[in-house]
Amino acid sequence: MAEKNQSKPPVLRTHSLGIQFGGLRAVDDFNIEIGESELVGLIGPNGAGKTTVFNLITGVYQPTEGSFYLNGIEMNGKKTYQIVEAGIVRTFQNIRLFRKMTVIDNVKVAMEQKLHYGLPQAVFRTGSFWREEAQLTRYARELLDIVHLSGKENLEAGNLPYGQQRRLEIARALATDMKLLLLDEPAAGMNPIETEELLEIIHFIRNQFKIPVLLIEHDMSLVMNICERIQVLDFGTTIASGTPEEISSNPKVIEAYLGKEEDAPVSEEVRENA
Amino acid sequence: MKKEVLFSYAVNMIAVTALFAVFVLLFETRAFGNSTQYIQGIFTTACYTIIMVTSLNLVVGFMGEFSLGHAGFVSVGAYASAIVSNALAGKGLSDLTLFLVALLAGGIAAGITGVLVGIPALRLRGDYLAIVTVAFAEIIRVAFCNFPITGGGKTISGILKLSTFYRAFWVMVVCVAVMFLFVRSRFGRTVKAIREDYVAAAASGIHVTYYKVLTFTVAAFFAGIGGGLYAHYMTAMIPTNFNFMYSAELLSEVIIGGTGSLTGSILGAAFLSSLPEMMRQFSQYRMLAYSVVLILVMIFRPGGIFGGWEFSLKQLASSLSGKTKSKAVQEKEGM
Amino acid sequence: MTFPLFVQSLINGLNQGAIYALIALGYTMVYGIIRMINFAHGDFIMVGAYTLFYTIPVMTSAGMPAWLSVFLGIVVCAVLGVLVETVAYRPVRKAGPMSALITALAMSLFLENLAMVLFGAKPHNVQAIFRLPTIRFLGVSLPLNVLLTLLIGVLMMLALQIFVKKTRLGKAMRAVPQDRFASVLSGINVNKIITVTFAIGSALAAVAALMYCARYPRVTNDMGSMMGIKAFIAAVLGGIGIIPGAMLGGILVGLIEIFVKLFAPGWYEAITYSVLIIILLVKPSGILGSNLGEKV
Repeated sequence: MAEKNQSKPPVLRTHSLGIQFGGLRAVDDFNIEIGESELVGLIGPNGAGKTTVFNLITGVYQPTEGSFYLNGIEMNGKKTYQIVEAGIVRTFQNIRLFRKMTVIDNVKVAMEQKLHYGLPQAVFRTGSFWREEAQLTRYARELLDIVHLSGKENLEAGNLPYGQQRRLEIARALATDMKLLLLDEPAAGMNPIETEELLEIIHFIRNQFKIPVLLIEHDMSLVMNICERIQVLDFGTTIASGTPEEISSNPKVIEAYLGKEEDAPVSEEVRENA
Repeated sequence: MKKEVLFSYAVNMIAVTALFAVFVLLFETRAFGNSTQYIQGIFTTACYTIIMVTSLNLVVGFMGEFSLGHAGFVSVGAYASAIVSNALAGKGLSDLTLFLVALLAGGIAAGITGVLVGIPALRLRGDYLAIVTVAFAEIIRVAFCNFPITGGGKTISGILKLSTFYRAFWVMVVCVAVMFLFVRSRFGRTVKAIREDYVAAAASGIHVTYYKVLTFTVAAFFAGIGGGLYAHYMTAMIPTNFNFMYSAELLSEVIIGGTGSLTGSILGAAFLSSLPEMMRQFSQYRMLAYSVVLILVMIFRPGGIFGGWEFSLKQLASSLSGKTKSKAVQEKEGM
Repeated sequence: MTFPLFVQSLINGLNQGAIYALIALGYTMVYGIIRMINFAHGDFIMVGAYTLFYTIPVMTSAGMPAWLSVFLGIVVCAVLGVLVETVAYRPVRKAGPMSALITALAMSLFLENLAMVLFGAKPHNVQAIFRLPTIRFLGVSLPLNVLLTLLIGVLMMLALQIFVKKTRLGKAMRAVPQDRFASVLSGINVNKIITVTFAIGSALAAVAALMYCARYPRVTNDMGSMMGIKAFIAAVLGGIGIIPGAMLGGILVGLIEIFVKLFAPGWYEAITYSVLIIILLVKPSGILGSNLGEKV
């Protein structure tokens, strides 16, 4: 409970966060602290509760116990749009883009909160309308540039190839004044080249925007490569937490993914020597 | 950038004025002979139907939600404007001013009703929202049948005939223009995003309920203005004019014309509202034909005839001059 | 409020309610399976009523009891239901709930206007169907028709419950809305199930038409739409998709209408609609329903 030696509270702090659906404890006693510019991974076998954690800290689900804080401010009970306004932004496991809208409009929608002009200004096309829309377009183009999607701004988002759709999703997440970025399996379905590009983009985001990133991922190469810290979930509880080296040699983690040692598939060496 | 936009605005203004000039010419020279009055009447009907249908399209087409109670807002606008024009008549206001004040009153009254209905109703979605809008519209109808000021269930007549075709035309132009501007702004963008995926929209920080109620209210406002035009053209009305059937008709016109396409609503409404007049002898087959066309549209072309496409003079001009073609090819190749 | 008036209103309300209940049964069955409001259901009743109008004279002149013509009505309505489902609803099912709803609406308009074209806008009067006596006591008149309607309603409800809970077909009908994919994997022919459901629901509409005409012999082409909406309110009130809910909701709506008519005759419809709005906002799953959240 005691804060570390820092004058600022951590960007994200959860305290015994949990949710119970009927008799099932989907997430139990989840504790994590993420500071500025950290890159943290959340891994675990399928169904371990990783996406549920994301849903909890974005207001999609209300926790049945525990609490979480963004920069020291309690976030329990807030609705999704309020949490987003406060600065927690996520991407989804299944890409949720506005498929029939253009690429640039997708980004512009994410920047809705930045606009100030109201209905009369829109209808009478006043100076503030033009100024703000122009600013919006400029900024949107910058973001598209960061994710290597420049020049595609007027294409329909649904027509982009998969990897580019993922990057558009990230551009959308960047468009908000976020303080914490949650990436839900960002590399799902990408080939090695696309994954490499994604790594670059995540690094760029962290260095340029100085925002911490928490990511759920199954692609171990990405996780080991990019995450400074990893937390492992299984059946809703945290079974390990530490650096990539520590996690990859942690027997509990291996057990969670592969089953107990007795049931583990016999290694090739052993078979050959038998 | 700004010069381009001003230019396209100017072009559109000129086109509309030219259209108006054509109408003036046709009517002043009595090109239709004895039917001039009659034809003007049809066009006036088309004008207010256009306003009603395009406003409904904002909710159904752009926002992707149901409203089967639009006639309720129309009736609020109709009755409110009639009451106001009756109250202010003979108080020294010019006809035009009286007309505009009455219309505005109708629009505002309908807009307020839109907020009151929208806030509870828009928590629901799909089927349930549809039924609730019907319920609200019916409650409005029953209320008007019981209030003495709205005739107590009987026809009220003697409303001043302030809706001349020329005035109706320009009111229609202004209303449609405002709706276009609404759509081509942050509001239109956000509303379309809500339609596409409201979870993702919320995750982008959009206050979905606020935008839904806002769009609903704007649509109700314009429905009210349409109602005001209606009242001051028909000069007599009864609450049952604005029943479920009328709402269903308006909705059909939105769907057939094309959801998400204001152009489709304009053309659809204009055509479909003048049709019954031109086919007097087939009037009993009108709704039958509507429903068949509607079913066919839903099966074969769910977006409606113009689904999502907007007519643009600028695009027309540039495609004629072949300028945009190479750019379009480039975009298709994903460059 | 005198006692006779109270009892009379109770009887009238139960009669009205029983009719709504019969209509709501068909609505709720179909909604339970395809999760779509069949706006045209009320118009199936109208079709059933017109069928009765034409077949009852034939029956009576052949010396047979008038109510036997309901069987022909059942056949006509069931066939109509299947036809509508196959031709209009099935192709748009995949296109999304909005398309499905609009198609249903269009179908309702189509049926109403077709009827107007075929039969004219003038009301037709159906001959008396049941010649049951009316009991009078304490200044109250109780037409035995009312008891018959209630009895038929309860019988239908019980029959449907047994069917849905005990038979294989019924179980399949319950499986489909819960998880369509899993149903297909279990070997259920989803299309066939939906068609059967429509047939049964529409057949029920014919029975509802019979009991409606027994009380209100006036048949018009637009009788369906408002009835459909009232019955929908009844189904939602009791719990949409729940068979006993339709019965409960129907009776309640009937009673509310009749009693409100006593105090505020001009406003009774508005009260019914207000009930709908309140229920949908407060407990959309209805009186007998359970609360289900929305999945992300």
